[in-house]
Amino acid sequence: MTLSAETRQTIEQARDRYPQPRSAILPALWAAQHEIGHLTPEAMTEVAKLLRVPPSEVEAVATFYSMYFLKPPGRHQVIVCINISCALRGADDIVAHLERSLGCASGETTTDGEFTWSSTVECLGACGGAPAMQVDHHFQENLTPQRVDDILARTRGTGHDGERSVLGRRPRGGAGHRG
Amino acid sequence: MAEYKLLTEHFGTEGLQTLAVYERTGGYQGLRDAFKTFTPEALVNEVKTSGIRGRGGAGFPTGTKWSFLPKDVQLRYLCCNADESEPGCFKDRYLIDESPHQLIEGVLIASYAIQSNVSFIYIRGEYHDQRLLLEQCVEEARAAGYIGKNILGSGFDCDVIVHGGAGAYICGEETALIDSLEGLRGQPRLKPPFPAIKGLYGQPTVVNNVETLCNLPPIVLRGGEWFKSLGTESSTGTRVFCCSGHINRPGNYEMLLGTPIAELLDEECGGMWKGRALKAFQPGGGSMQVLLPEHVQLPLDMNEVQKAGSSLGAGAMVFMDTTTCLVDVSMRLVDFYEHESCGKCVPCREGTYFESQLMHRLEAGLATPTELETLTDICSNMDGRCFCPLGDTATWFVMSAYKYFREEFEAHCGAGECPVKAQAASLVA
Repeated sequence: MTLSAETRQTIEQARDRYPQPRSAILPALWAAQHEIGHLTPEAMTEVAKLLRVPPSEVEAVATFYSMYFLKPPGRHQVIVCINISCALRGADDIVAHLERSLGCASGETTTDGEFTWSSTVECLGACGGAPAMQVDHHFQENLTPQRVDDILARTRGTGHDGERSVLGRRPRGGAGHRG
Repeated sequence: MAEYKLLTEHFGTEGLQTLAVYERTGGYQGLRDAFKTFTPEALVNEVKTSGIRGRGGAGFPTGTKWSFLPKDVQLRYLCCNADESEPGCFKDRYLIDESPHQLIEGVLIASYAIQSNVSFIYIRGEYHDQRLLLEQCVEEARAAGYIGKNILGSGFDCDVIVHGGAGAYICGEETALIDSLEGLRGQPRLKPPFPAIKGLYGQPTVVNNVETLCNLPPIVLRGGEWFKSLGTESSTGTRVFCCSGHINRPGNYEMLLGTPIAELLDEECGGMWKGRALKAFQPGGGSMQVLLPEHVQLPLDMNEVQKAGSSLGAGAMVFMDTTTCLVDVSMRLVDFYEHESCGKCVPCREGTYFESQLMHRLEAGLATPTELETLTDICSNMDGRCFCPLGDTATWFVMSAYKYFREEFEAHCGAGECPVKAQAASLVA
């Protein structure tokens, strides 16, 4: 078996919570990706078995959504928004800076395996804090080349925090929310 | 007029994300009142009276949407659409970050009104922290008896499931959202049947936007008539406007509907940045048509903005100064729709592809004037012919920009570069 007992249990709990088990495909794929880092054919087959659906249907879903990785990404993932509001406030400079700092093109992984980064046309919903990016799912806003370097330096060598508690913490990006 | 804090009144209060603090600010009183004062049917009527229209983009009257559910089918579902991904839009994230329980209370009130015993909050995959926050708040609310069996002794049962998406703009379209929630590729369904008749798992379903649901506690507490007295006749209440682009203070501002756009721009957003003038703005997010500086005199009113040829859409205001190249902005938006087209129908899948190819040639100064005619031709063959609004709206910005800034589009033809950027560069040099 590819998935740990804990991940299997998470998937089974999700399955039993929904009125129909196949509704748990998205959460199940998230659980598998959080454990392994990407979605292997074996993991998708195991998800299919747990949810009692054909493996082909799980794969059909996995390939539709842009946030699932079908091959191993770097330890940390960086997504930079280049849609309208970020573009108006200098997203292209941030993209060029990342390309220089990380030494690889959008969609690629650094040679040391630390970062996979890409620019995305899908608006991240951080337009008030533009230009913005996400590092391991967390928003980083009001970027400047200097700030990007600081964030990368802070992230390099640390673990991916994946799922974690956020309650009681003031949401970040306050400046992005209110002027 | 001006800023009016109905949903955002307590925002910024330390610990508002916790149940205890939310309750201290009057939280869950709306739900208590809903059970005490209203039958489900009366609640639907109260929301109809309020005149509130959906805050997700289409602006359909919420109470009317609810009243379409067939009375003889008992198993119904409510889905909260938190798949916010309209370019320029970031209000749902703000509402969740600042006061997650307000949304959950809204979900429960709507669930009671339409008698949904299992309700869903579909939140986009990128809002990872917000999903975790909502999941924790749902558990907190469950422990306090606001979610589960016989809520507050009302006899009403309701479970709330927070469902995370995984990166697909199309899932904000209500039938694609339902497909995604069923564990399918998120592609829109043919309407009719509308979700109100046949939605999630084939049952009657209501899909409501985050901000719409957040308005329910105040509507219950102060009444539909009171709510109707706010704003204008066709646009009641307030709306949270996401302001971004070339302005001094980007951010979310809750405004009384009917306030002039100019007031939002000058007083809340601090005007245009760097002392530059406004060239154009988008009043409703990436899908909506561009407007000109003269249009800032319009009131924040859904019908008035529509009459001017655009829409308040999802409440995203993107302001652009005089250095902006409208061809470049159009190209980015077209790229977005090309990337997000689900592939189900030909006009959208192929149309956005050709649109994008052409816009890249145009922005690079490589297109010929004949290609501008081709662009118009592609767009007119898409608009109104796509399976869902994604394909239609993929043409609206570019066509409106072409209408208002025709000379700028023509100047790109054969220029070998972007003339607007070239001019900006020569000014700096």
